[in-house]
Amino acid sequence: MTLLAVERIKLFTTRSPWWCMLVALVVTIGLAALMGATAESITVSTSQAGYSFGMAVVMVLAALAVTTEYRFGTIRTTFQAVPRRGAALTAKAVVVGLLATFIGLVAGFGSWAVATLLQPEGNLALDTTAKWINVAGISLVYGLAAVIAVAVGIVVRQSAGAVSLLLIYMLAVESLVRVIPDIGDKIYAWLPFNVADRFISGSGGNGDPATSTSPLSPGWALAYFAGIAVVAMVLAVAVAKKRDA
Amino acid sequence: MIEAVSLTKRYGNTVAVDNLSFSVKPGKVTGFLGPNGAGKSTTMRMALGLDNPTSGQIRIDGKIYQDLKYPLRKVGALVDPRWVHPNRSARAHLAWMARSNRIQAKRIDEVLDAVGLTAVAGKRVGGFSLGMSQRLGIASALLGDPEILMFDEPVNGLDPEGILWIRNLMHRLADEGRTVFVSSHLLSEMALTASELVVIGRGKLISQSTTDEFVARASDDAVRVRSPHLQRLRGALTDAGATVHEVDDAIIVSGMDSANIGETAAAHNVVLHELSPQQGSLEQAFMQITGDSVQYHSDLDEAPGQVLASGTN
Repeated sequence: MTLLAVERIKLFTTRSPWWCMLVALVVTIGLAALMGATAESITVSTSQAGYSFGMAVVMVLAALAVTTEYRFGTIRTTFQAVPRRGAALTAKAVVVGLLATFIGLVAGFGSWAVATLLQPEGNLALDTTAKWINVAGISLVYGLAAVIAVAVGIVVRQSAGAVSLLLIYMLAVESLVRVIPDIGDKIYAWLPFNVADRFISGSGGNGDPATSTSPLSPGWALAYFAGIAVVAMVLAVAVAKKRDA
Repeated sequence: MIEAVSLTKRYGNTVAVDNLSFSVKPGKVTGFLGPNGAGKSTTMRMALGLDNPTSGQIRIDGKIYQDLKYPLRKVGALVDPRWVHPNRSARAHLAWMARSNRIQAKRIDEVLDAVGLTAVAGKRVGGFSLGMSQRLGIASALLGDPEILMFDEPVNGLDPEGILWIRNLMHRLADEGRTVFVSSHLLSEMALTASELVVIGRGKLISQSTTDEFVARASDDAVRVRSPHLQRLRGALTDAGATVHEVDDAIIVSGMDSANIGETAAAHNVVLHELSPQQGSLEQAFMQITGDSVQYHSDLDEAPGQVLASGTN
């Protein structure tokens, strides 16, 4: 608990997390407002159109939370205060993950509420589990994505490097894999953000087409994404322990 | 008590610290002296568990740093004053450090007060001058009221007032019975601050002794003497076995200390206008002792003319 408090103090006593948080919410809820104002008939899933942009910002926040420590040398002060590096870094991943979860919660329900406000007659009732997940589930995916970003930040250590790696991978590389002949689609079905999308968008059937090609059920998709986050963190901690700070 | 046992650190083919063994005892200021690149910072980082030794150990009261339960309460260290987030306030920086080692929050105000940063505690550290950053670094070292303190080049870039303040602080900490280990590349500074010296060059131990011993060995007892009866004094000193060189209107005497020169002068009824032991030669002798072990030599001394000439081509 002490270490969580330490990471909480560190996270909230600099400015960039606040800015990232603000941007993430503006992007997601703002896009929902735009959809609500312009779309002919809005659905639960279209109200969440800003989901992946919000996730990109959340991952930037998470990566910066650790790369700025390397940039300014505070990681050494951290390891001096807490020589058990695994514990210190895990605490950071947990705190950043919780903040991202909170952002996801506000983004998801905020977007849905704005859409409902603008189109009260729209098809926005949360009357199925899938629709609930489509709104509430964003929090869990943001939380896990943040943990992955923290892990990448630990390994890469440089802000620009970590952020561009994460964004390029998330926004471009995964979908480009599909271009590979024959096996491209099969690999793509198992790539993390595509699988995470399976959890959020479900198997379609809410009046929307399925956007993910993952063969997993939404529950297993979430477990798979969580597993990737845990493995990434374990590898990152192992690297950090071996390296000179 | 800090104890290094056969401590070695290699980076690829470069040996930064080479089979280094020494010990630092409580109640004294121990200087860690060596030219730039001698391995002082690397040794300190290994003591703090930041770098892993290639072989050997450096122990804090018999334990390696990673095994200390609340390390900041045992060892306070200032390695680099820039290891702070520029957008965080001084108080927030100390707050998370205090929390991590279960140090009471009132201690934050105490150390801020002790280093004179209370007025700027809420300001972002990025706007601090080097001297203020150094003070914040000292505040974080003192935070856990530790028995052992390590400072890496603490007077670098400080003004004379700051240097004096740090010197007095270190003496006070040692008088309180703490172990104070401070690195520097300046013998003159260490001669004023430290009572014990660990001297290294190219990662190897050159000597561990009291400062007085080292200085006596390092300096060649050169004394500058001025007198209206220089010729008479010169003869008397040479007869007594000293070596004398003439410099402008004075003579430099070596092989005899200032007390003996004064007595010789008195015995020959010679009036003295100046009798000053030469500090400059101390640095020179230190360079002779560590000379072979300086890692980054400059060729500028040998050929300033060439450098200038090639610059005008």
